[in-house]
Amino acid sequence: MRQNPKVSTLLSLLCLSLLIGCGAPSENAASSDPSAANGQGDASSDGSPVVNVYSSRHYDVDDEVYESFTRETGIKVNLIESDSAALLERIKREGDQSPADVFVTVDAGRLYQAQQEGIFDPVTSEILTERIPANLRHPEGLWFGLTKRARVIMIAKDRVESGAITRYEDLANPKWQGKVLIRSSSNIYNQSLMGSIIAAAEEKGAEAWCRGLVANMARPPQGGDRDQIRAVAAGEGDIAVANTYYLAAMMVGSPEDQAAAAKVQPIFPNQDNRGAHVNISGAGVVKGAPNRANAIRFLEHLTSEQAQEKFAGANKEYPVVAGVALAPELEGFGEFREDDLNASVFGASNQQALMLMDRCGWR
Amino acid sequence: MVGARRRLASWVRLAPSGLITLFVASPVLVIAASLGADTGGLWAHLASTVLPEYLRNTALLATGVAVTTVIIGVGTAWLVTLCRFPGRSLLRWALLLPLAIPTYLNAYAYTDLLQFSGPVQTWLRTTFDWSRGDYWFPQIHSVSGAILVLALGLYPYVYLAARTAFLEQSVCALEVGRTLGLGPWHNFFRVALPLARPSIIAGLTLVLMETLAEFGAVQYFGVNTFATGIYRIHNQPFPHALTAAAQLAACLLVLVALLIGIESLARRSARFHNTSTRYRDLPSWQLRGPRATLATALCALPVIWGFGIPVLLFMTRNLQRGDTLARAKFLEFGRNSLVLAAVASVLAVVLAILLAISERLHSTPLHRFLTRLSGIGYAIPGSVIAIGILVPLYWADHRLSAMIERLFGFSPGLLLGGSLLAIIYGYQTRFLAVSLNFVQAGLTRIKPSLDGAARTLGATPVRMIRSVHLPMLRGSLTAAGLLVFVDVIKELPATLILCPPNFQTLAMRVYNLAKDERLAEASTGALAIIVIGLLPVLLLSRMLDHSRPGAEGSRPAGAAERKQAPTHESRLRPDRRRCVARL
Repeated sequence: MRQNPKVSTLLSLLCLSLLIGCGAPSENAASSDPSAANGQGDASSDGSPVVNVYSSRHYDVDDEVYESFTRETGIKVNLIESDSAALLERIKREGDQSPADVFVTVDAGRLYQAQQEGIFDPVTSEILTERIPANLRHPEGLWFGLTKRARVIMIAKDRVESGAITRYEDLANPKWQGKVLIRSSSNIYNQSLMGSIIAAAEEKGAEAWCRGLVANMARPPQGGDRDQIRAVAAGEGDIAVANTYYLAAMMVGSPEDQAAAAKVQPIFPNQDNRGAHVNISGAGVVKGAPNRANAIRFLEHLTSEQAQEKFAGANKEYPVVAGVALAPELEGFGEFREDDLNASVFGASNQQALMLMDRCGWR
Repeated sequence: MVGARRRLASWVRLAPSGLITLFVASPVLVIAASLGADTGGLWAHLASTVLPEYLRNTALLATGVAVTTVIIGVGTAWLVTLCRFPGRSLLRWALLLPLAIPTYLNAYAYTDLLQFSGPVQTWLRTTFDWSRGDYWFPQIHSVSGAILVLALGLYPYVYLAARTAFLEQSVCALEVGRTLGLGPWHNFFRVALPLARPSIIAGLTLVLMETLAEFGAVQYFGVNTFATGIYRIHNQPFPHALTAAAQLAACLLVLVALLIGIESLARRSARFHNTSTRYRDLPSWQLRGPRATLATALCALPVIWGFGIPVLLFMTRNLQRGDTLARAKFLEFGRNSLVLAAVASVLAVVLAILLAISERLHSTPLHRFLTRLSGIGYAIPGSVIAIGILVPLYWADHRLSAMIERLFGFSPGLLLGGSLLAIIYGYQTRFLAVSLNFVQAGLTRIKPSLDGAARTLGATPVRMIRSVHLPMLRGSLTAAGLLVFVDVIKELPATLILCPPNFQTLAMRVYNLAKDERLAEASTGALAIIVIGLLPVLLLSRMLDHSRPGAEGSRPAGAAERKQAPTHESRLRPDRRRCVARL
């Protein structure tokens, strides 16, 4: 208290400098702020072209792909990354003033939700329709799949004979009691898988399957997909359900992960009937996008061969465009038959799937 | 006429609290307003399937964390304040260190370490040639695991509150206890603890609110609580999901309101101020032999578990396989985090001063209610409050944009949303409770008679605040600011949803990697968050060490411990005298 005046002057100076310091970046943000872009010009206030991307995909390689887009077209990518539900709500609240041009998200259920909320505008682009197979895009061009991943069964090589389990339905077989590892039903990948089971077996059959699966669990659901794979390798259970890219990433990960991945083998289920469950990440052009032409160019760029190779390859996903090289680890998994159920179907049954899983006690 | 004027005056008096509360609590009100809305049968489904489990786990978690934090926080605070044992001067500040680690990082670290496929259990299995089922090992992914991890991260709030209270207790009370034949244990339970109770409860309230809102760690452990249930339904891609989530959050609000009610009852029944102005060195019991070793161990364990082990783990992981992102990017993320934290903490302190002082000046029930209301956002999971923030924010933004268009004939687009202002606003809603708690606690320690003296000497309320309250509150204000600072550095959901384009903070970086289950890469960002969080924590503990009434701030820590009894009173008195003289 002795040096009170000095201290308080110092403090207030400090606060002032901080506020000014904060003012600077916030002004920068404002000048690059897409909201300053005027209507149809497809350009920010300082004249350089931009595209405003709202994304819930956060892989480092995405940034590289966006940078290559900027290099090629001179269009700057303004990126907001957040959770899907949050971004969707933000776009809705921003309303007709929203600066959003492109909405990128992971999982078909979320694309379907965005479509239902009416935030997408249909796009007709010959490039996009030609490159992306019909079951991986919306029929009227509201959204387009960009990468795919298969959700498959993974077994412990030394404890489960290959051929002992071949279908999703087998996961509910009492033979595997205490052996199955799968993450929480809160996870959207599991909800979409459940949706595909509902499509195949009707609600009644799906509920029986779900109860059987819960009874077979080696432990209450916990952790992510990698944790399930690690647990199989460590012997906590014999069978895991996980997305392919997690195993592929572990094969080139830390020494422990590489050792764990070596003990595990992926089984693509239901090869003799509907095929393995496939999910997508995708994007669409937002209704009222201030930079619509740039947004379409952006989507087209993401389906170019180099972009697909990176966008899918670095994250060990499967590219949606045919003929694009696979990551070597995926090459090793071999070819497989995909369930070609349109993503809208299990997107639409998400609520039904979640409530069903709640009833069966899948935590 | 006179009546009307008086009514007007009472409205004016209410204006600061009312406006701030409206500003800060409107997202919470948006959530509460969802209560009546239709959810298309979703609510009935939740109530019949998952709600009982949410309730049970939330209650278990809250009780467990409360008991554990009080035992750790109060126990260690008492030991380092009143006993002497080896390592005490180091532990005294080190006990605050776990504050720098976000609980979700602690959860990652302990999962990594203790899960079935982790190094500890793997080592056990290979050494003793065991396999699954041959041995028992505590399951970290459980309610008790979550309690442990949360308690290790949150006990510093209780420690801080208890230590401040113990330091401020007049030695006379303790000596009277001793004279009456109370031993150290009885003195603790019958004199010191009751005197410190209001402070401890205030600290505990923060802990409980944070526990109720805790999402990251609990979710990772697969424990279903209200907060994880809210997040789960909130993220569902179907209609009514957001409404149902808001309704769950509103239920949580009711719990919190109950909690706050209990807290204010506890505060009311124990409204006392130190009556003695005689401060001398607190008696310190010199511990020897096994007792001293035990004390050192007891105080060291929370630091080792809550700070040492996670930091070591992140450092190892970082060396193995750190983040591949360029250093320059990290500097940028760090700067973003710092700027946000600095601005938000200063604003949070200013708002807290306005609220707390206005409550003290006009102590009406309405003022008290408004003050409580403005802190309630601390107990709501960040993801929900963030959605709540979008509503008033964009409402105001659209109004502003329309007004400018009407006045100047052009549309400026959205000005607030997507600017840093939006995030700073979000932080006030989230963290005002923290600064408010400390400022209020500081104010209650200023004797009301001092206000009387100031007013009698002719000071206007504003002058009294400037010349008496603010100087005496300096410690509390700094503590409040620093705690908000640390909280903002660790904050994630509100930052995620409100951030401007091309803007990332350290917490966002760690989240992006952790979400993709790349924990080894996330370790670099985690360490950076810890380092930044460490600075204010160290400042805080340094300040606390010198906060004993009469102790000189400028004295080195070692010197403060030496004999200084004779000078205390003389040093304290001029301070007081100066406060009054400045009037």
